[in-house]
Amino acid sequence: MALPAVLFFGIFALIPLIGVVVISFMEWNVLGSPTWVGLSNWQAVLFDRPFTWTALGLTITFVIGSYLFQAPVALLLGVFMAGQQRYRALLAVLYFLPLLFSSVAVGLTFQSLFSPNYGLSAALPFEWLPNDWLSNSDLVMWVMIFVVGWCFVPFHGLLYQAGVRQIPQSMYEAATIDGAGRVRQFFSITIPQLRYTIITSSTLMLVGSLTYFDLIFVLTGGQPADAVRILPLDMYVTGFSSYNLGYASVIAVILVAIGLTLSLALNIISGSSKMESDKAGA
Amino acid sequence: MRRTTRIAAAGLGVTSLMALSACGGGDNGGDANADAWILTGGGWPAIQEDFDRWNEANEDAQIDTEAIENDSYKGQIRTAVGSGEAPTLIMSWTGGALLEYAEEERIVDLSEHTGELESRVFDSVWQNGQVEDSTYAVPLNDVQPVVMYYNQSVFDEAGVEIPETWEDVEAAIETFNENDVAPFSLAGGSVWPALMWLQYLTDRHGGEEVFAAVVEGEEGAWDNESILFALETMQDLGENGGYIDTYNSVTADQNEDAQLLADGQAAMLLQGSWVYSTINQDFPEFAESGDFGFTSFPTLEDGAGDPSNIVGNPANFWSVSADASEEEQQIAFDYISENLYNEETVTSMLEAGSLPPLSDIEDQIAETEDSDFLQFSSDLVGEANHFQLSWDQAVAPEVAQPLTDNLSQILRGDMTPEQFVEAMNSL
Repeated sequence: MALPAVLFFGIFALIPLIGVVVISFMEWNVLGSPTWVGLSNWQAVLFDRPFTWTALGLTITFVIGSYLFQAPVALLLGVFMAGQQRYRALLAVLYFLPLLFSSVAVGLTFQSLFSPNYGLSAALPFEWLPNDWLSNSDLVMWVMIFVVGWCFVPFHGLLYQAGVRQIPQSMYEAATIDGAGRVRQFFSITIPQLRYTIITSSTLMLVGSLTYFDLIFVLTGGQPADAVRILPLDMYVTGFSSYNLGYASVIAVILVAIGLTLSLALNIISGSSKMESDKAGA
Repeated sequence: MRRTTRIAAAGLGVTSLMALSACGGGDNGGDANADAWILTGGGWPAIQEDFDRWNEANEDAQIDTEAIENDSYKGQIRTAVGSGEAPTLIMSWTGGALLEYAEEERIVDLSEHTGELESRVFDSVWQNGQVEDSTYAVPLNDVQPVVMYYNQSVFDEAGVEIPETWEDVEAAIETFNENDVAPFSLAGGSVWPALMWLQYLTDRHGGEEVFAAVVEGEEGAWDNESILFALETMQDLGENGGYIDTYNSVTADQNEDAQLLADGQAAMLLQGSWVYSTINQDFPEFAESGDFGFTSFPTLEDGAGDPSNIVGNPANFWSVSADASEEEQQIAFDYISENLYNEETVTSMLEAGSLPPLSDIEDQIAETEDSDFLQFSSDLVGEANHFQLSWDQAVAPEVAQPLTDNLSQILRGDMTPEQFVEAMNSL
């Protein structure tokens, strides 16, 4: 029964991945034939190319920033939407809208909003509002974290909403009888009960932003390079603008390694491999 | 250079690197049909119609076409050529890529197969298809010189004449600044429009030989007083009110640079000839107001460059794949020598507002709706002593990206001209 899945995984993930590892030991500009160069690509990318470390630093900033922004907002949104408030259904529809938009459409819309002469900064009467959102080296990374977060918070909110709805109402009732307030209930019941949802969502957020590409590319084109060109963009530019497939493959392998380590580590730390249930009655 | 649609490249995404090996190519063998890849959008539908007419008239010499989006085309064609799976007709922007194709012997010498074409095409355009005195590529569509657009009403309000020399420009900048209007619109956020400035200023100051030395790989060729002059001038324009103060945040993706000109927020805009139709389509009020004008890049007193020189995109060019069968190659040769720029195709190109780089179509130009602009461009190209291909196309692909990155730093003032020159020389 698992055969189709294994085949699918093999053809679309494993074989290309092996290909990339092989190319990382080759010099190839696409046009000629690849030639074996041993470890020299690795040597060059890791030690003779300072930009790799700049890009890695930017990637870490982006991953952590995205996580710190997305996780709390998504959690609160999910908890709110799982409740019974008035207008909840209507608000939920509005919150989920970004999920339906293509990243290119989102990118173009935000590009217009950030335009210095025709966007927000020009329309609003606030003198202190900067107008170089996308070109200011100190600002652009935070703008990216916000826009990408805006796109992905609804998805994670949905995960949390489903998680919260599975928490038995009886636990809250018991806590209420014991005199626990809403804040106490949130930290003592909701969060612990959402443990696996949090792990799933965190893994998706961290690995997802580690390999994120589309919106940043559409919005900035990878400029300014030293402020916004995270590793996935660096890989694309190196591979498909400069046609240095060897270097690009090294960057790709580094990304795969970091991504795998990250998700494995999350799994181990959280102990989710034990797969025990902590649902009431189970 | 015209990368208005980097959006589409986003579709390639991160996965494309892994999927690269799976990219298919054209077929060489099996059926006898030749094939060609063209692009989508722009003036390409006219080329598609041209192929359709050819196929109808030549039943035993069919050419299959496939339309590919601009940004993904560059990667796909390279993969296809590299793996010997290229289509019979290989389209390129000439420059670094063409040189590589010729050096790798992936394309054939067309010198004997161009028919009357050489005598019809403007020399400044034709030169771009030459590799070591042989013709390896022939132009196939419209020529796209970079010109200076202006908004006459802004000039009238400030009481300034259209500048013809760099001295005029400097005086105009001062007056415009006193009137609180930006002299030049520039999409610095997209970087490539700024490359046009670097190209024109270098050429006016030192002539076409300066950049030719770079292309030929001369040691330390970037360290040239003309390139330094151009970079310094650009930084000066950025710092001292030459360019609109938000130029680093303006992008060309949604034609914001043209909008600034149309709105009267800026007096002039240096951009490619395609912006003429953009302005007609997107800002018809401005286009019809009579204030929309165009002229050539100003001359530079004491500059060593020929003032007739222009920069831009000479055209897209056809080459013929060396990996195609003899039969397929023959079909391609016939198509090039008998069919390129035939009357019907030239007419439909002119109707669409694009200019074929031909010296024998003045009468036809005069009959078109956009005859003013087309005749102006045609004269510009016809009289040009040299037509400089965009630098990012002219250099090898591995140099193009650092060129863009470093120029972006120049625009933001994060790099001095000396550092730029040093960084480019070290590649």
